Order: sequence, then structure tokens, then C-alpha cells
Amino acid sequence: MNDISTALDENLQPPMANGEVLFEQPWQSRVFGMAVALHEAGLFEWSEFQASLIRVIGQWDRSAEDTDPYHYYDHFQQALNDLLAAKGLVSEARLREREAQYAERLHGHDH
Amino acid sequence: MSSSPAALRAEALESLLIEKGLLDPAVVDDVIERYNERIGPMRGAQLVARAWTEPDFKQRLLADGSAAIAEYDFEGGQVDKLVVVENTDTVHNMVVCTLCSCYPWAVLGLPPKWYKDPAYRSRVVREPRAVLSEFGTDVPTDKTIRVWDSSAEVRYMVLPQMPPAWRSADVGTLAERVTRDSMIGVEVLA
Repeated sequence: MNDISTALDENLQPPMANGEVLFEQPWQSRVFGMAVALHEAGLFEWSEFQASLIRVIGQWDRSAEDTDPYHYYDHFQQALNDLLAAKGLVSEARLREREAQYAERLHGHDH
Repeated sequence: MSSSPAALRAEALESLLIEKGLLDPAVVDDVIERYNERIGPMRGAQLVARAWTEPDFKQRLLADGSAAIAEYDFEGGQVDKLVVVENTDTVHNMVVCTLCSCYPWAVLGLPPKWYKDPAYRSRVVREPRAVLSEFGTDVPTDKTIRVWDSSAEVRYMVLPQMPPAWRSADVGTLAERVTRDSMIGVEVLA
């Protein structure tokens, strides 16, 4: 089991409105912003997102080893993708396809 | 440009949502700015300081948190059912969300990283005193510790005890002294 004090040490970052940096990487803020924006636009209830998040985190909690690193926003992202797929808004296949195109583009830029 | 799979997936999702006319990227920017710069625990601290200095407000806050804060019209959400629990000489309260990361955004901002971590989520209910001592917080053994699990629709905030030495401070000064962690219940103000 992780030690809470380790989690606290990792948290020492420059202060923001919340007393700390909220997002470690830009994509995490985009995913959070998308989830809130889509909810505010009425595409889903927050309780629906919450249920999706509980499902994804529950799977991790049941299957992960104590030493596995926990990346909250990976779960948050999966929860959003799952919900949008379940609602028929963005399918998993369409998302993978676009992601592969972007990976290809990056690869092309490397040469 | 970041090329991690997660970053690519996020970019892919955003572009698809924009193409479908479901998302305005400017709104995403606005949401991020809102939570980074405007929504935070200073709101909760303001409520705590007012409760300490206005017995009538304290009574309303404890009776129905959502109704008591309605007049502020705080942005941020997640406080439709806000329950404020009071620390006393005999009871110390702590808040957790054992299943995910539920938290009263409008009054405390987004939760700190440790609040979302499995270590905190899984241990607080089982061994609250051990967790508290890792935060450097010792609660006397004759005090009851109550752990409130936010996993239903209810969101909790702790009303900490005011240190006696702060009695002469004005409400603004008090608000500056109230910490986020004291409103989650992992810190005792001193």
C-alpha cells in the first residue's frame, strides 16, 4: 500500500487558486475541460459521468497490484470515452482511427 | 507537442467533438481557466470564517449547506447536496470519496492529488488515525472520528474548530487562516 506521505511529497508544486497545480500535463486539463463543457452543454448528467468513473476506477482497484502507479486522469479520460461511446456520440473505433492518424502525423514530422 | 498516447487520444477526441458540433474549444479553455484561477478553497474558508462569527449563519450552514450558500451563487457545481459537518470538542470529522473523487468543487475547488489516490481512499475508513498522523495531525484518543464518504450524491465539507487564540481576529483575517486541509478534515487548525 502506498504511503500517504509519499503522495503528499509529490504534491509540492507552485500554488494556484487551489493551492497547487491542478493538472500535471496539458492533455489532462483538456480532458477535464471537455467533460465539464459537454456536461454543461447538456450532453450528459454529471451523475452519468460519475458512474462511468466509478466503474473504471473500480476495475483498477480490483485488479491493480499495490505497487502499480495510479494515474487518476487516465481513468478520467477512459470514463469520458466510455460514456461518449455508450451515448453513441463518439465510438471507440472512430476515436482509435483519429488517434492513429495523429500518431502517423507525428511520425511523419519526425523525418 | 506531446505525443503520449493519452495526449493523442485527448486531441483526437476534441477534434471529433468539434467536427460534430458538440463542443466549442473556447468553452474548454474557459472551464480550465475557471478551475485554475477562480474556483478554490478560499470560498469554503469564507464560509467557515462567517460561521465562526455569525451564530445564525452557522446554524443555517449546518442545517442545510446548499441552502445556506445559495446566496453566494458560487460557480463550480457539485454542491447540490452540500452537508457541512462540525468539529467539536468530542467529534473530529474527515471527508473521503472511497469510489472515485467526489468533492464539493464550488466551495473547495478541485481535490488535491492525494484525495484521489487509492492510498487515501482505501485507508481513511479503516484506519483514520493512522492516516491523520501521516498528515501530522493527532486527534486525542477520547475524540470520536467520523469519516464521511462522498460516494453518494452528497458532498461534505468540515467546519473546523476555531483556535481560541483567534477569537479577536476579524472575519477577513479568519478566512485567510482557514486551510483547505482543515475543511477536508486532515488538519486541525492551531
